[in-house]
Amino acid sequence: MTGNRDVTMTTMPRLLTGHNAPLTLSEYESTFPVIARAGSLLGELDASGLTGRGGAGFPTAQKVRLLKAHRGHHKIVVVNAMEGEPASRKDVSLLRVNPHLVLDGAEVLASLIGANEIIVCIARENERLAGHVRDALAERVRQRRRTVRSSVQTPPGRYVAGEETALVHWLSNRETLPQYRAKRPHVARVRDRAVLVDNAETCAHVGLIARAGAESFRSLGTDASPGTALVSISGALDRSQVLEIALGTPLRQILAVAGADPDPQALLLGGYGGSWLDATHLDTPYANEALAPVGATTGAGVIVVLAREGCAVAETERVVRWMANESARQCGPCAFGLPSLAEDLTLLRRGANDAAHALERLTSRCGVIEGRGACHHPDGVVRFVRSALGVFRDDVADHASGRPCIGSGSARHYATVPRLDHEGELTWQ
Amino acid sequence: MAVRRRSGVIFLRVDPVLCDGFGHCHELAPELVAIDEWGYPVITTEPIALANDAALASARLAVRGCPRQALRIERVNER
Ligand code: SF4
Ligand code: SF4
Repeated sequence: MTGNRDVTMTTMPRLLTGHNAPLTLSEYESTFPVIARAGSLLGELDASGLTGRGGAGFPTAQKVRLLKAHRGHHKIVVVNAMEGEPASRKDVSLLRVNPHLVLDGAEVLASLIGANEIIVCIARENERLAGHVRDALAERVRQRRRTVRSSVQTPPGRYVAGEETALVHWLSNRETLPQYRAKRPHVARVRDRAVLVDNAETCAHVGLIARAGAESFRSLGTDASPGTALVSISGALDRSQVLEIALGTPLRQILAVAGADPDPQALLLGGYGGSWLDATHLDTPYANEALAPVGATTGAGVIVVLAREGCAVAETERVVRWMANESARQCGPCAFGLPSLAEDLTLLRRGANDAAHALERLTSRCGVIEGRGACHHPDGVVRFVRSALGVFRDDVADHASGRPCIGSGSARHYATVPRLDHEGELTWQ
Repeated sequence: MAVRRRSGVIFLRVDPVLCDGFGHCHELAPELVAIDEWGYPVITTEPIALANDAALASARLAVRGCPRQALRIERVNER
């Protein structure tokens, strides 16, 4: 079953078992044994220490408790496989190779909170994957494996569409706009029905824990960050890929497994609302407790490798410009603030007369924009810009004083950004 | 409206989706609301003591004066 011609070869095949050909339901069931569990399922989930793999890293068991305690009969489990991060491919890869593990996990979550419906959300642009998951659902129906009503929905695949409130809003109103909410624990709803939204990878881990137990889950990873995680690695390497790694694996080792440039300038970690990490920290373990002191997080499992020839300012500019375009433009500070950050980064990259002023404006505008959107989209961009200004402070100073690096004019880019083609026609419905 | 004296603090918060950025609130409560370069309100993040009648009164003025009903007063219990 394992072959070596696949590019998404993993070092730690748990979730990605069957990476060569998608697993059918019967293959899946023979590969992942059911082990009788001692304690309760929720207890196992607690003991596993699983945290959400969509970016926020919230403990899954806590979220389940909140929903479980919620009264009302019709609850929904939403599997979030929107994957709006352009550099992320993990949820798509996972659903392609092992849809039944994800669906099992979703069913476990549904039984834990007492939900009677599962909705898998996949970006509309990814028609093939949606079809694939629909086939897997049909297979479960045929084999009478389905425990709750399940369906696939395809909201438009924009960056903020994967944000929890935006997803929930789309499910009720067919508009992917993030919603403002007061800062307190909050149960999302679709037409009066409480919703538990979990990332596809998180669901797969839940499926695994339900089958093999918390102890087996914790046998890999660190104490504070147990288990494995999927990372999407791209940039200075031959081929972008998805790897499953034990949390706590040193970054250098991940680069080696991926066949990436062993001597990069920096890494972009977490996603496009994440942060830069300069190459002196390559021996840091890939786990939040180790990354936090150096100002980074695992976030949505994105690693972009920036080679020494690359221009960090140019890369940051491209990402921020794209993120600005992805703003849902509902909130002033986001709709006006993000494009102005992108403009200043362009001036800085060019290193002309006004570059020094642009740098000053960048710093002050970051402070003005932070925390003032309805969702965290602008905060992510601010974090990213700040980390660029900090990590690459020498390059930034060069640019500001009119000496942009050679790489800034080069056509070779490392951070993947989709073409800005929907500038005019924003699709929200 | 009588202001009851209670312990605890409140925050003035804006729903950025509703806000249209004409900055009425800044005129009504300049000590609580500044304005950014695009005209949108930047609300002080300092907690307002419930006992501070003057600040509370101007927060209420801003809430009532907001044409989009985007402002609200949120109470946070002190521990
Ligand atoms: S902060 Fe930005 S992306 Fe989020 S809801 Fe407001 S305008 Fe939309
Ligand atoms: S008065 Fe209301 S709508 Fe106008 S700027 Fe202030 S919060 Fe926004």
